[in-house]
Amino acid sequence: MTSVYEPWNETRGAEIIAEHAKLEGATLVILHALQEAFGYVPEPAIPMVASALNLSRAEVHGVFTFYHDFRKEPAGRHVLKLCRAEACQAAGGDALAARAEARLGISLGNTTADDRVTLEPIYCLGLCATAPSAMLDGRIVGRLDEKRLDALVAEAQR
Amino acid sequence: MMKIYVPRDAAAIAVGADEVVAAVEQTAGQRGLSIEIVRNGSRGLCWLEPMVEVATARGRVAFGPVSAADVPSLLDAMVSDGPHALRLGVADEIPWLKRQTRLTFARCGVVDPRSVEDYRAHGGYKGLERALTLTSDQILTDVTTSGLRGRGGAGFPTGIKWKTVAQAQADRKYIVCNADEGDSGTFADRMIMEGDPFVVIEGMTIAGITVGATKGYIYIRSEYPHAVEAMNAAIAAANRAGFLGHRIGGSTHSFDLEVRVGAGAYVCGEETSLLESLEGRRGIVRAKPPLPAHKGLFGKPTVINNVLSFAAIPFILDNGAKAYADFGMGRSRGTMPIQLAGNIKYGGLFEIAFGVTLGELIDDIGGGTLSGRPVRAVQVGGPLGAYFPRALFDTPFDYEAFAARDGLIGHGGIVVFDDSVDMRKQARFAMEFCAVESCGKCTPCRIGSTRGVETIDKIIRGERVSENLAVVEDLCNTMKFGSLCALGGFTPYPVMSALKHFREDFGRDLGPAPATLQAAE
Repeated sequence: MTSVYEPWNETRGAEIIAEHAKLEGATLVILHALQEAFGYVPEPAIPMVASALNLSRAEVHGVFTFYHDFRKEPAGRHVLKLCRAEACQAAGGDALAARAEARLGISLGNTTADDRVTLEPIYCLGLCATAPSAMLDGRIVGRLDEKRLDALVAEAQR
Repeated sequence: MMKIYVPRDAAAIAVGADEVVAAVEQTAGQRGLSIEIVRNGSRGLCWLEPMVEVATARGRVAFGPVSAADVPSLLDAMVSDGPHALRLGVADEIPWLKRQTRLTFARCGVVDPRSVEDYRAHGGYKGLERALTLTSDQILTDVTTSGLRGRGGAGFPTGIKWKTVAQAQADRKYIVCNADEGDSGTFADRMIMEGDPFVVIEGMTIAGITVGATKGYIYIRSEYPHAVEAMNAAIAAANRAGFLGHRIGGSTHSFDLEVRVGAGAYVCGEETSLLESLEGRRGIVRAKPPLPAHKGLFGKPTVINNVLSFAAIPFILDNGAKAYADFGMGRSRGTMPIQLAGNIKYGGLFEIAFGVTLGELIDDIGGGTLSGRPVRAVQVGGPLGAYFPRALFDTPFDYEAFAARDGLIGHGGIVVFDDSVDMRKQARFAMEFCAVESCGKCTPCRIGSTRGVETIDKIIRGERVSENLAVVEDLCNTMKFGSLCALGGFTPYPVMSALKHFREDFGRDLGPAPATLQAAE
């Protein structure tokens, strides 16, 4: 499943912001909604959010940069997240992460040159009794071994 | 009509539950079998997931772990009530389940988590019904005498927290559920939200009517999309059934609930950071006082509790404080949903009264490692919890007993490592994780963790090992006593415990641990 995102569009961005602006403490809700629509939070949206919520641009920029989830540019067509927390480490996750990096030719936190795959660490999917775990475009996978990882990498590269 | 249960818990989905459902539907269709599939939660026997059950006259018979390829023969066995290689017998009779004391998780894996009716058919909302006949003071007495302490890890008495908010004067008060379960090795919050979400809603609603709050938020981490979906569906169902919204259950009380999703910051599991995040800001920790009970969300008096604390409340209100307090040891009353994770043979959720020893949990209940190699270290309580060696396996699961051994039970997660673990790496990871996740407000956490990583790297490279170990110990002391919150304050637990109990990993001939490590508290 490839995630399909809309290209950035100011009118659509303004609609999304207006939809949530009345909520208490709306900043995160709006940033999530923007990223869900566009695949990242486009820079021109930051002053629009600030204006809608009566905040400074610096405040919204500060929130945007504080949280790991928010992207300032689009990810690759597929996002493969590998859990790198302790339970997955205990179950052989280190070797699998190294294998994924070798197969894709990139280190964690990067996107392949052809923009197909973004490989990211994630700190705990809560699947700690069926570790190691991964998430490919929102689909969760447990009991990862070399074979299942290779299949995931191949799927992501397609 | 054959009723078949296939969990929709994320741990089951991650190992093929959705594929099993598709295969069951397809195969039953081809054979003209009349079936009904219920997507229940998980019973917590994670090594048997996907665990499929079928309703019979003798109770629900379980099979597991089931793959899509097993489905044709599985349906044969279900129809004929015959043998099958994956047949586990009547689910309630499985010894691993039978040994537990399921008070909070009584319904998890049993009921349909989308159905208020099913929740009520299994005793749900009886706690709220009773609470609606009591005064606020009477409810507070029940919660206090139950001995319930904050299940997020801090262990603060829930009744006292609620009483403080109940007595506060304000035009608005809030109930906030901390579902930012970021600790590796813990998944109880996720499981209960996915498997029995109404018990969380009921607990929060009781909190609302007790302290006079009409609005609640559940802050769920973004890594838990299935839990977000389950809670949203349950809130909508509770609203439709009149258990949320105006005049709940026909009373004069109103209570609204809303889910908010985090954005990948571990520190937001810290309560004041979470409140900042809910308000739409950077998750920067607040100095206390003021306590959230006095000035919490949007500056208003706020009850903020962990998912499991709220989920324990309906049982206490329904069965009485004594029924809960009768379980446990010392000042740790009731039960703890313990999560067995990592390199473990029988991993999953095991709810039991406080007092069970670490050794029983790892060797007896957990069956040792999955790899078959000897257990070397277990980390209890998440990334901020200590690593325990086998020599400390006699420690009973109890807030004070773990504190006395320079550890913490935290949120009840236990991660098992075999003898291939390199404790230098684990100590380094603890510091690195703190460095990445630090909110940056206080210097000991922000700088200490970064210096910690650098110094442990020197130790790993063999540079002036004894001197650098002393630097790490010094950093740990500064972080422990100088940090604003538990992130910087507790990161020393995994680091110091690795140094103390696994000293041989840090260099040969270092001699015994110095006195500073012997008395870390």
